[in-house]
Amino acid sequence: MTREQLRKTEGVIAMSLSTLAALIGLFWLVFILGDVLVHGIKALNLSLFINDPAPAGVEGGGLRNAFIGQLMITIFATLIGVPVGVLGGTFLAEYARGRKIARIISVLSDIMVSVPSIVIGTFIYAILVRQIGHFSGWAGAIALSIIMIPVVLRTTEDMLTLVPWTLREAAFALGAPYYKVIIQIVYRGAATGILTGILLSIARVAGETAPLLFTSFNNSFFSTNMNGPISSLTVTIFQYAMGPYDDWHAQAWAASLMITIFILFLTLLGRFIIKWRYKG
Amino acid sequence: MSGDIEIEIRGLNFYYAGNVHALKGISLSAYKNAVTALIGPSGCGKTTLLRCFNRMHDLYPKNKYEGEIIFQDRNILSSDIDLITLRSSIGMVFQKPTPFPMTIYDNIAYGLKLKGVKKRPELSERVERALKHAALWDEVKDKLNASAYDLSGGQQQRLVIARALAVEPEVLLFDEPTSALDPISTGKIEELLINLKKDVTIIIVTHNMQQAARISDWTGFLMLGELIEFGRTDKIFTAPSEKLTEEYITGRFG
Repeated sequence: MTREQLRKTEGVIAMSLSTLAALIGLFWLVFILGDVLVHGIKALNLSLFINDPAPAGVEGGGLRNAFIGQLMITIFATLIGVPVGVLGGTFLAEYARGRKIARIISVLSDIMVSVPSIVIGTFIYAILVRQIGHFSGWAGAIALSIIMIPVVLRTTEDMLTLVPWTLREAAFALGAPYYKVIIQIVYRGAATGILTGILLSIARVAGETAPLLFTSFNNSFFSTNMNGPISSLTVTIFQYAMGPYDDWHAQAWAASLMITIFILFLTLLGRFIIKWRYKG
Repeated sequence: MSGDIEIEIRGLNFYYAGNVHALKGISLSAYKNAVTALIGPSGCGKTTLLRCFNRMHDLYPKNKYEGEIIFQDRNILSSDIDLITLRSSIGMVFQKPTPFPMTIYDNIAYGLKLKGVKKRPELSERVERALKHAALWDEVKDKLNASAYDLSGGQQQRLVIARALAVEPEVLLFDEPTSALDPISTGKIEELLINLKKDVTIIIVTHNMQQAARISDWTGFLMLGELIEFGRTDKIFTAPSEKLTEEYITGRFG
């Protein structure tokens, strides 16, 4: 074999291996999504959204409690996590820019992003659920918000850093105080980026099960009381999928489909915003 | 033409954080309704000097001024000066256009709102006046609600000048305002500057000696943080008293 042939053969092997790897990855992804779609659509019906669960073993019923519970936990997690994340990112990018403390917090928050979510669940269990003495929607929302904070904080920091420094100087040169520069100029310049980060962080926590298992737990009844255990789609899927009834399995598939669509929607919205931003 | 002094520097020393002595014993006066140009090789301190006039160096910790800059009978380097008031009397235009991420109208209205102008009719009237003043009105009057980023680079720079003019400053500082622009836009800005001096005092840093010669009445030549020579522009460019000035003007270094 000449040198040239050898080089060409190596090239073909490298390309084949990477194509194969991509196909293997894609295969499972399509398989999972397809499976969720097929099984989920079969089980979708109106009763799923307007009825609460039937007693165990009895056919019918729905997951209204889980939809509402999921929505409430996610909304409250967002209301807690987003302000803390955005303000924290603002501190890092504006007030602590270039200081050691900013670097330390950035690194810590990167570590936080990769902490397994069940660890955060047990942490909230230890400091909140145990102290109060019972599971609660608040504990679930706080656990999810803790997962959101480092994501929002780092995106905010990155997006604010991308706003050219000269833009701030131009506002200072007009006599604007720093807080007005941040709120009226810098946030505006970084708005789409920050919004995208927020959407992606919501998508990230909306699919979490582990941190809810020890915090908001589950509730077979309709409840909007954040002070008590509250149902969520992910925990319900977990419970129903493990259960012995076919009806439960079908409802778990439908719930999986709905949560997948929700997350897909948020992700696409995030992508759309990015595209729209760079076009304009 | 040597009218009243608008702003006078007396024995100014400036140190960047870390004790870098960037300006050494500078004294000069900028005259009312005249264009004063600051020229010199890169790193000579001309931009540093310009940024002393509106205390822009205060944004960064540990910068230090010594000496006096007298404006409206007060030393603007003293610590009791209100920077917000100072910066609305002494505006600044930067090298690259810096439109804010908002509409053309809101860009101009921004400084006015900071000054407390709130009534819509007054805002609109002053926005229009500023845009006319900066020779941009005819080009943007039908799209005041379009994003400022839709404008060309030269238009953006005139928008920024209009924004600075809207708050009716006494002095406008220009930091190489045309170095990012094409020759046609540059021509328009130069024409604008010459027209503006009947209303404001202009201090401009420029890298382009022809530009200094074309538009300024007074020129200061700086090197290594020192003011080598200051005088009438025609004199500096035709019969400089200092050998260094002559060498720089004739392009022997720089």
